[in-house]
Amino acid sequence: MSHATTAPHETHHDAHYPGGIMRWLTTTNHKDIGSMYLTFALIMFFVGGAMILAVRAELFQPGLQLMQPEFFNQLIGIHALVMIFAALMPAATGFANWQIPLMIGAPDMALPRINNWGFWLLPPAAILLTLPFLLAVFGIGDGALNTGWTMYAPLSVQGGIGVDFAIFSIHILGISSILGSINVIVTIFNLRAPGMTMMKLPIFCWGWLITAFLLIATIPVLAGAVTMLLTDRHFGTHFFNAAGGGDPILFQHLFWFFGHPEVYILLLPVWGLMPHVLATFSRKPMYGYKAQVYSFIAIGLLSVVVWAHHFFTAGLPVPALLYFMYSTMAISLPLAVLFFCWIATMWKGAMSFETPMLFAQGFIIMFGVAGLTGLVLADVAADAQYHHSYFVIAHFHYALFAGGIMGVMTGVYYWLPKWTGYMYDEKLGKLHFWLTVISFNLTFMPQFFLGLAGMPRRIPDYALQFTEFNAISTVGAMILGFSQLIFAWNIWKCARGHANGLAPAEGRAWEGATGLEWELSSPPPHHSWEVQPDLRQPGA
Amino acid sequence: MKTTHRFVRHRLPLALSAFSAALTALTLPASALADYSWNFPPPVTPIARDTLNIHNEFMLIITGIFVVVFAIMAYSMFKHRKSVGHQPAKFTGPMGRLQWIWALVPFAILLFIDFVVMGIPAFHAVIEMEDTKTKADMVLKITGMQWKWQYEYPESGVKFISNMSTPRDQIANKEAKGENYLLEVDNEVVLPVDKKVRILLTSTDVIHTWWVPQFGVKRDAIPGFLRETWVRIEEPGVYRGQCAELCGKDHGFMPVVVRAVPEPEYAAWIEKKKAEQEAAAAGSDKTWSKDELLAKGKEVYEAQCSACHQPDGKGIPPAFPALSGSKIVLGPLLSPEGKLIRDSHVDRVLNGKEGTAMQAFKATLNDVELAAVITYERNALGNSKGDLIQPAQIKALR
Repeated sequence: MSHATTAPHETHHDAHYPGGIMRWLTTTNHKDIGSMYLTFALIMFFVGGAMILAVRAELFQPGLQLMQPEFFNQLIGIHALVMIFAALMPAATGFANWQIPLMIGAPDMALPRINNWGFWLLPPAAILLTLPFLLAVFGIGDGALNTGWTMYAPLSVQGGIGVDFAIFSIHILGISSILGSINVIVTIFNLRAPGMTMMKLPIFCWGWLITAFLLIATIPVLAGAVTMLLTDRHFGTHFFNAAGGGDPILFQHLFWFFGHPEVYILLLPVWGLMPHVLATFSRKPMYGYKAQVYSFIAIGLLSVVVWAHHFFTAGLPVPALLYFMYSTMAISLPLAVLFFCWIATMWKGAMSFETPMLFAQGFIIMFGVAGLTGLVLADVAADAQYHHSYFVIAHFHYALFAGGIMGVMTGVYYWLPKWTGYMYDEKLGKLHFWLTVISFNLTFMPQFFLGLAGMPRRIPDYALQFTEFNAISTVGAMILGFSQLIFAWNIWKCARGHANGLAPAEGRAWEGATGLEWELSSPPPHHSWEVQPDLRQPGA
Repeated sequence: MKTTHRFVRHRLPLALSAFSAALTALTLPASALADYSWNFPPPVTPIARDTLNIHNEFMLIITGIFVVVFAIMAYSMFKHRKSVGHQPAKFTGPMGRLQWIWALVPFAILLFIDFVVMGIPAFHAVIEMEDTKTKADMVLKITGMQWKWQYEYPESGVKFISNMSTPRDQIANKEAKGENYLLEVDNEVVLPVDKKVRILLTSTDVIHTWWVPQFGVKRDAIPGFLRETWVRIEEPGVYRGQCAELCGKDHGFMPVVVRAVPEPEYAAWIEKKKAEQEAAAAGSDKTWSKDELLAKGKEVYEAQCSACHQPDGKGIPPAFPALSGSKIVLGPLLSPEGKLIRDSHVDRVLNGKEGTAMQAFKATLNDVELAAVITYERNALGNSKGDLIQPAQIKALR
């Protein structure tokens, strides 16, 4: 994916950057930075995946075979943080970097140096998060964060140095996210091509714009919460200690004030790119652009007022339970608008089923499972059974793997020809899709039943009645994990398309693709749009 | 592009049938097992029954929505494809009154499902679930602690700790796993059937969650606060559950076992427990020999302390320090005046250490158990301090 600037289409004045590693350390080019974000995300996707494969291997059979509970508890929490903060979010930011300037007719992002810094904060943060594993091997500390990614006090007050490392890592990741968000907002507000009004903005950019505002609204709350945790741990404050006048549930309120919008932060960029892909492969304009934009805004607003449905069992007062239940149910309406528009975009089109389209359709169906199970989770009484069980794990993996990660894969396959200048290997892409979708369901469908039968989440060992479903789930997870090597191989192959004899991509790589990004060459020139396209109506 | 369309025509149906074959393979061995669980376990309280009904109804609704919506999508995927020569339409939104109606009707239906079909039963269920006080027959207080439950019956003063009784060798795969592997305890909590039991929950350290799936209740136990819920068990029997909130190392080994019995049997059990407790309290005033203390101490140590400090006293440093050769354990017992020394062995056991998993055991153990376990730790596990502490001395420190 790093071939944007070395491919044949570049013009001669592009070569004003240092070679070797310094090029990547100092680059301010949105495409270079986008490629770095995406590469980083892919690497961390495998790191987080390896952690959870170890967990699934332990859960293959009852009894403790491979690890002790202390280590198990570290793996589950770091898996989540890595996947959310170091894989999904950077992947979405990589998309934003690559695509927003191309789509709105800008030469680059508005704040290129901040962009560089935003990326280079990520590797140190990822190292901080995982370093305690290594330190423990050398006898320093007792390993990484062992509280689950939610870091609930007072368990996290009790924890070892892993908690402190995670807190600092979250601070750095948060700064990176906020810088990225500011950049997206400033770019979209200021660098649109003349004539591109907000209601002509490509819908992917709208999705990212709402994500950016949500990040700026909620990351500081998370930063505050973990800082309070830090002072509780080391400076004798009692924010979360009842003995000192604090309240452990306060942490949950603060955490989920961030944590629920975070779900939409991860999903909005994906919802933004879906209509482009569906329209392209249906050869038909997208349906209900305005309805989708208003739904994004509605979901963004609703997402910050429903947080307490993540802890219905904590003993909230009845009016609060009712309010959070009904407000959560209300999210189903704007979400249904999106589903309606996605399906209506395909309706009466002329569909073809290239890999991005397969991923998009797989996304719609399985994200449907996530949405519908989310609707029943909102019900307080039934939630008492689902909560903290494998039912919830299955639900949010349908949302964040089938919704988030498969959405990212949709985007990668869709834009890979644009980025690399070559058509990826379609056969490998399809093989990747089918293996992913089958093994994903094999992994997570049984977990719904485990949850209903009463298996709590985050346990390293389980009672015998849960054995069969766990075994199936582990087999599915192994296939799912190793199938992703095909994805990595396919990207690598495409990035080195010339050496692999792949067909060069045209500027408009897909027959039905519309939008400014397809009017540039593939890969685009170094300074994407040196002359802004003029979208004003003649005579207007 | 041509090749892809050929793929779709020839291999897409193949891939779809492979997918359904995989799903069938998934369900076949499962359906062969009669006791296989596809849904909530059989409910035994009014709440659990309501929850199961609501859950079943909701699952039907969402399955219905799923099938209808994706049948439409599947129809479109087969009819509106390029390979069958379908010409793409140009519309970008509803055109005309009829299409607007078609577009809005699904949302009206969804609104109705959300806030009427689902919303109204959900409302009543919440009200019922949270009504812990009306006509409550008795109170059970549950205290979560790493990693066991303490049960207290305030009316009779009966109070005891319930630990998992599955042997560690079963967990380590050194011996065959029993029928109730991980879901068995040394002291079951006994409740009468057909009585409304108001349950108060709290915790001494971190947040735990008390959950018995067949009761349909799950409630957090939060340190420093009281939370409440209720059960009315309708059938005698043994009901099993476990802690549902990650609470540290042994979160997976913190089962709940409730035995529901008819009222007279319950009353007899309470009387028996009371007598046991009085006998134990009487022990505080007698002088114990060192051997008696060591024997009792070993018992207490293995039930209360060995999960963290390990059966051999070596601990899992740094989170769970070793007791063998520990400076604190081998320090002085009490001051010359018989007073507590700050941060001494006795202080740690009685009052715990804030911010760690070491809890204040004076709240949960009686004088004899405390004296015995302190004496044991000083004279076993590789330590041979030689001194001992009497239950009466502990009593004086309270």
